[in-house]
Amino acid sequence: MSEHHTHDAHDDHHGHDDHDDSGSHSTFSGYAIGFVLSVILTVIPFWLVMSGAITKSGAAGLCLLGIGAVQIVVHMIYFLHMSSKSEGGWNMLAMIFTVMILVIMLSGSVWVMYHLNTNMMPGMTAQQMHDMP
Amino acid sequence: MLDNIDLTKLIFGRLTWEAIPYHEPILVGTFAMVALGGLAALVAMTYFKLWGPFWRDWVTSIDHKKIGIMYMVFAIIMLLRGFSDALMMRAQQALSFGDSHGFLPPHHYDQVFTAHGVIMIFFVAMPLVTGLMNYVVPLQIGARDVAFPFLNNFSFWMTVFGGMLTMASLFIGEFGKTGWLAYPPLSGIMASPDSGVDYYIWSLQVAGVGTLLSGVNLLVTIIKMRAPGMTMMKMPIFTWTALCTNVLIVAAFPILTAVLAMLGLDRTLGTHFFTNDFGGNAMMYVNLIWIWGHPEVYILILPVFGVFSEVTSTFSSKKLFGYTSMVYATLVITILSYLVWLHHFFTMGSGASVNSFFGITTMIISIPTGAKIFNWLFTMYHGRIRFELPMMWTVAFMVTFTIGGMTGVMLAIPPADFVLHNSLFLIAHFHNVIIGGVVFGAFAGINYWFPKAFGYKLDEFWGKMSFWFWVVGFYFAFMPLYVLGLMGVTRRMSHFDDPSLRIWFILAAVGAVMIAIGIASLLIQIAVSYMRREQYRDHTGDIWGGRTLEWSTSSPPPDYNFAFTPKVYELDAWHDMKKNGYVRPKTGFLAIHMPKNTGAGFIISACAFVVGFALIWHMWLIAVIGFVALLAATIVHTFNYKRDYFIPAEQVVRTENERTRLMESHV
Amino acid sequence: MSEITANSGAHGANDSSRFYVTEHHPENGTLLGFWLYLMSDCLVFASLFATYAVLGRNYAGGPTGSEIFELPLVALNTAFLLLSSITYGFAMLAMQKKQVKATLVWLGITGVLGACFLSCELYEFVHLIHEGAGPDRSGFLTSFFALVATHGLHVTFGIIWLVTLMTQVGKHGLTSANKRRLMCLSMFWHFLDVVWIGVFTFVYLMGTLP
Repeated sequence: MSEHHTHDAHDDHHGHDDHDDSGSHSTFSGYAIGFVLSVILTVIPFWLVMSGAITKSGAAGLCLLGIGAVQIVVHMIYFLHMSSKSEGGWNMLAMIFTVMILVIMLSGSVWVMYHLNTNMMPGMTAQQMHDMP
Repeated sequence: MLDNIDLTKLIFGRLTWEAIPYHEPILVGTFAMVALGGLAALVAMTYFKLWGPFWRDWVTSIDHKKIGIMYMVFAIIMLLRGFSDALMMRAQQALSFGDSHGFLPPHHYDQVFTAHGVIMIFFVAMPLVTGLMNYVVPLQIGARDVAFPFLNNFSFWMTVFGGMLTMASLFIGEFGKTGWLAYPPLSGIMASPDSGVDYYIWSLQVAGVGTLLSGVNLLVTIIKMRAPGMTMMKMPIFTWTALCTNVLIVAAFPILTAVLAMLGLDRTLGTHFFTNDFGGNAMMYVNLIWIWGHPEVYILILPVFGVFSEVTSTFSSKKLFGYTSMVYATLVITILSYLVWLHHFFTMGSGASVNSFFGITTMIISIPTGAKIFNWLFTMYHGRIRFELPMMWTVAFMVTFTIGGMTGVMLAIPPADFVLHNSLFLIAHFHNVIIGGVVFGAFAGINYWFPKAFGYKLDEFWGKMSFWFWVVGFYFAFMPLYVLGLMGVTRRMSHFDDPSLRIWFILAAVGAVMIAIGIASLLIQIAVSYMRREQYRDHTGDIWGGRTLEWSTSSPPPDYNFAFTPKVYELDAWHDMKKNGYVRPKTGFLAIHMPKNTGAGFIISACAFVVGFALIWHMWLIAVIGFVALLAATIVHTFNYKRDYFIPAEQVVRTENERTRLMESHV
Repeated sequence: MSEITANSGAHGANDSSRFYVTEHHPENGTLLGFWLYLMSDCLVFASLFATYAVLGRNYAGGPTGSEIFELPLVALNTAFLLLSSITYGFAMLAMQKKQVKATLVWLGITGVLGACFLSCELYEFVHLIHEGAGPDRSGFLTSFFALVATHGLHVTFGIIWLVTLMTQVGKHGLTSANKRRLMCLSMFWHFLDVVWIGVFTFVYLMGTLP
């Protein structure tokens, strides 16, 4: 069919488009489960902070980060249909690489800047640095 | 009510007639030359009725081959500007001793070295490697274009308009005086209130968008559009390095975008990211910009490593030694490049533990590069070596880059770096690796693939002239800088008091002049080759006896690259085909599905230029209008669903028959 | 020189046909390309998060997080965004069932919820600036506004895109091009919700802790 068409091509009849890599077919149950899990994983941290349940802020911080990470995974799986099969595994690889860079950037920056602040502002405590006008 | 609004202020912001540098003779002279040259070009275009073809065949082209060529042309033009800056610096530093102060006052000198760095990195080196990747990769993988042809065109024009913003600073206002990375607080609003740093920010933001999208484009192209049978480990090595380069681009450029935006906010809205007071931290800028900056230098070098692999194997008539280890070395470099960034600021004070970690990672990252050099040498060993120009550039690279790499490992040792940081030793090191690596590699690539792109070889005599003046000139220009750096001379200085240093600066200036002759020879080489093109014509498409698929097409290739998509069984697919007695099919051609040209990329990019310029000069009204126009143009473009067409089978038949005729009549 | 010969014996011609295919349709790369773009966008946010991590306690004698964050409002905003994610999901389900009208309705609801999210956020910003706690007050507030406003800007562009796409679906129906675009916007929209999880956890909740 395509050989003799010289007018603009539209691609609705091309087989390959209909077989687009959407093995990630959404289902109602998928969205529903994701939604319910997200609600739970949102309510818990808000409640933790607003009620002052955990007293030590370090531990509270870790809890919050952990729950947040779990909710991100929930979103990835149920809403973004993340799987090791989408796009032949390239989606997963790209995400893993990005997460790796993110971790390096965040932890690296905090580590480096902490050392720089300590060395370059001698004699000041963290509190003094925070309150410095 | 309208009387209260100062109309001039509203439209022109802080742009006044004072922004035009009437009283700087160098600039007035430059403007005169540019205006005359530009006028001549415009008159010629009109007289030869070239506007139509220019718009239809080049500006609106979504063909990766045309876009690749345009990137290279743009880069070479910007090289002339960037190198003029270099000549001025060398002249100033050779002249300005004791009572004599040269011809560039400090505030002008500072703009020269800033512009030199920005232009060379963003508007020469990046377009050179992007142009090569754009041209070669689709051909090497057996594809007909990149994955997103319109985006490709858009990326190119964003890069050009970003460059135009920097060029505009020559004649309207000033450029930054901060060095090519514009560290705050010097680049903050208090220390640099004028337009300079704003030009810097918006040039790079506009160009950066282009680069990022080009990165996504090439990645998807390589992942999705390889010819059937071309598995990852059967891809040409240049395609592998292009893949890793584009991974780096996608993962690094967003950081540059974010940091420059933060600097822009500090300057415009009075925020406190990098200020000295109110809780800002200027060191965070240095940290973030180098998290981008280090991958950036690998973005520059990895493609040329790919070029050298292709050239070495072709001109040694041997397959590349250690293909698998080359691939792994490239992947390791890609990942490790994110773990070394602090070596750019060992001296900022992070202390021994942090410095040691990054010093060690920096030394580790030199190892895979070393492995590559050995692989190239082993490829040459027992090969039938032909010292055509690409091979000459490759050998020059191997020697020069190795020296530069070694000085890099010296700098990687934190205690040594405390002596050498920001000295001329550092300047010598990075020019050593960038010129020895990126520039020599770009020239190798140009000489190698020019015949493919244009159908005729480059003139050998002028090529050799260019080669020798570049190589000898490089050593004259930069070896003295190593000496000066070891003696303690600091970078970015426009005046010196110690006369014993002068001889070294004079030698360096001589080197710069030699390189200038090398550049002139390159331009002459291109002109002479064009004039003698029938004499240098190649009718086979495979002038060097290549091993990869681009050499299976005609020179230049047809718009559609391949009448039939190749099927691949081995690495070095074209070599495999030739070995198996491949004969090109002469019949059975079908219509080919191709994307249409479009002006949308140019128009949207032009809007981006207007927005950038307006923001620089605080012309808020025009900025808003420009932004709305940009958004509107983008949305209008998305309403265009008719973006492709078919090349009729008869036309394909005609093109292929013409090729058959040429090949058979020139055996 | 080239090793191609003009030899075209019958055997040669037969062997050669295995080296090419007469028709080849490369797979569509739009979804992968958009996903890669999202990964790069993720790193823009990573830079902003890193900056907040470094500057986030630099109060410069000004207000702290616990003093200015109204967690109930943040909870409401989070609800708007999460709901909008699920309504976009319903739009995708309708798209799979090829129901143009239902798709448009769910998209519209998504847009409205997104607009509610933005209104809340704008209200919060105006209120803060009015109280002298604007982005120019301290390093903490600078990095807070930068991160949250960048997210808000992304939502804004998402809504503009959504309206454009609704127009295009209304005009051309659920063609494969439009379906691809809807899938890209879907990825974008869910990704914004993912970033928001990071924002409310790292900035609002942890910022309220001492």
